[in-house]
Amino acid sequence: MNAHAAATPTELSGIELAHPIINGSGTFDAIAARRVFGDALIGQFPFAAFVSKTVTVAPREGNPPPRLWETPGGLINSIGLPNKGLRRYLAEDLPELAALPVPLIVNVMGFTGDEVVELVSAFSVRDEVAALELNVSCPNVETGLVMGADPGEVTALLRRVRPLTEKPLIVKLTPNATDVVAVARAAQDAGASAVSLINTIRGMALDPRTGHPWLGGTTGGVSGPAVRAVALAQVHAVARGVGIPIVAMGGVQNGRDALDLIMAGATVVAVGTESFRDPAAGTRISRELAALCENSSISRHGTPLNC
Amino acid sequence: MSAEQRVRRPLSADSPARRPLSAGSRVLAPFSRRAARVLERRVYGAYVVLRCADPDGPRPRAGQFYMLAARRWGGGDGERPFLPRAFSVLRSGADHERAFLIEDVGPGTHRLCELQAGEDLLLVGPLGLGFGAPEDARRPLLVGGGVGIAPLAIWQDELGGASALVGFRDAPRAEGARLLADARVATDDGSVGHRGLVTDLLREELDGDAHATVYACGPPAMLESVRVLCAARETPAQLALESGMACGFGACFGCVVPTRRGYIRLCVDGPVVDAAELETAMVAGMGH
Ligand SMILES: Cc1cc2nc3c(=O)[nH]c(=O)nc-3n(C[C@H](O)[C@H](O)[C@H](O)COP(=O)(O)OP(=O)(O)OC[C@H]3O[C@@H](n4cnc5c(N)ncnc54)[C@H](O)[C@@H]3O)c2cc1C
Ligand SMILES: Cc1cc2nc3c(=O)[nH]c(=O)nc-3n(C[C@H](O)[C@H](O)[C@H](O)COP(=O)(O)O)c2cc1C
Ligand code: FES
Repeated sequence: MNAHAAATPTELSGIELAHPIINGSGTFDAIAARRVFGDALIGQFPFAAFVSKTVTVAPREGNPPPRLWETPGGLINSIGLPNKGLRRYLAEDLPELAALPVPLIVNVMGFTGDEVVELVSAFSVRDEVAALELNVSCPNVETGLVMGADPGEVTALLRRVRPLTEKPLIVKLTPNATDVVAVARAAQDAGASAVSLINTIRGMALDPRTGHPWLGGTTGGVSGPAVRAVALAQVHAVARGVGIPIVAMGGVQNGRDALDLIMAGATVVAVGTESFRDPAAGTRISRELAALCENSSISRHGTPLNC
Repeated sequence: MSAEQRVRRPLSADSPARRPLSAGSRVLAPFSRRAARVLERRVYGAYVVLRCADPDGPRPRAGQFYMLAARRWGGGDGERPFLPRAFSVLRSGADHERAFLIEDVGPGTHRLCELQAGEDLLLVGPLGLGFGAPEDARRPLLVGGGVGIAPLAIWQDELGGASALVGFRDAPRAEGARLLADARVATDDGSVGHRGLVTDLLREELDGDAHATVYACGPPAMLESVRVLCAARETPAQLALESGMACGFGACFGCVVPTRRGYIRLCVDGPVVDAAELETAMVAGMGH
């Protein structure tokens, strides 16, 4: 295998990417990583775009610890979306992230339609931001429905926020929905530029010593290789249901895993949990993917793969 | 610290870190996971010391740690380990040699304890903030419990000597005391040294002369008694804490511990934390 195959430039809703590998939201903190690795992080940035951790309107401290449980081939996390809130994020983090050598995608979540409007409007006017990703894996406190589990909720939300920005809007689907394809279609029909999936799958662990829930948040989200097969099935199904680009993720550890998701219909692949094992995993995976694509005669629906 | 600085600030997700929570500092880590050849595996009673060559890594500060894994990783108890594991650097020698002290407590440590000379450790680091030097001409006093003696050994080397008090459960573990110079030993079962807790020895030392800076690492209950003993005597203490970690470089937000300033990510704003910043050293999910 040629480890130095040229990476294939990719385009996602008008954003130019040097290669198809980006990070999953909440699995890489470029600001913390710069404190730990220094400028080497900037020189060797492992992703073709940087996706922020979810930003909410109000600051959140996140869930009480413990927040992590290791499973066979995976991880359950109950982090609880800690973040400094919109105001401080705009003032402190955005200027720092502008130093990154790649486009910035900001992931946002609101607990009401008004909050999502506030978030989208605020980032829409910032030049540092190339695109927005809407995390809809939370309950709408007004309706009690998980926004991303209900096509009607997604339609209503996008009708409100789509007109507010010219930037690409990526809707991050939750796998904890009865009909993910119906939600993806609703997103497309209401003007989403792309969809991303999968987010973590609800899971739980008991403390072996007490029999009580281990995680401070009681349940958490499963990620890593343990969910890869689920991700592949959902990406495959959504790709048949919508025409907009797909950002696929879930358990990607190497170029082969990324290629599988591309063959199932993804345009861009995100790496999450694997970065915890090696901070530069994104670089390795994009090289492996390039080598596989160069050497393979694999095609998708009869057309040669462009990856 | 003034009373005003002690006032609880609003909890914030991100590390406040304007003024660091620890007096220590960091050495930057190379940005990738790298292989470090094991040069020697040595058994100290219940513990294993792996000495390895890390030609591409910088010299760490005492109190910093590394995320470690082996090439074959997984397939142990419960089909784990999957993620790398955190280990304090025990010693940093000439020629880019580093040593780690490992106690087999589960699938990850078990696998690492199996490694033999000639095999590779996969490591990321050095990570986190290490110990800071004593101020006001205070004498350094090292207090370790069990495998928590690891960061104290390199700190004793760097300080050019310091009194050390160490506590262990039993005689096989007390073999670890050989890793420090002139340590006073306590064991739970009295098989070596003082019968009782290492904090009994600390109380005695501080009652003799409280003009010290205490550096402690060990199980949560020990660290909590160290914190309380030191606070009562206004003796500054730097505690090297543990929490469950997935990444070690601030990516996952999984390793938080509560401080007077809210949650901090222990991997980037610790693991060494100024005791005055803590309401408790008892970390959820840690200890037995
Ligand atoms: C900064 C730092 C420095 C450290 N330095 C050292 C050192 O120098 N030497 C040393 O020996 N150790 C050190 N440790 C501790 C070491 O990292 C742990 O002992 C190790 O991670 C245990 O992994 P394991 O797979 O062997 O055990 P595990 O099975 O992971 O068990 C360890 C503990 O984790 C919890 N646990 C059990 N199952 C799970 C699960 N499935 N998911 C999540 N948690 C679980 C329980 O509380 C259990 O007691 C350090 C830790 C930190 C954070
Ligand atoms: C520790 C952790 C934190 C995460 N935080 C977020 C988040 O803040 N927002 C979000 O949309 N997804 C979050 N995710 C989900 C990931 O972006 C990704 O969808 C998921 O982990 C699947 O990919 P993976 O198996 O490669 O990790 C998080 C995942 C993990 C493991
Ligand atoms: S271990 Fe991941 S943020 Fe600290």
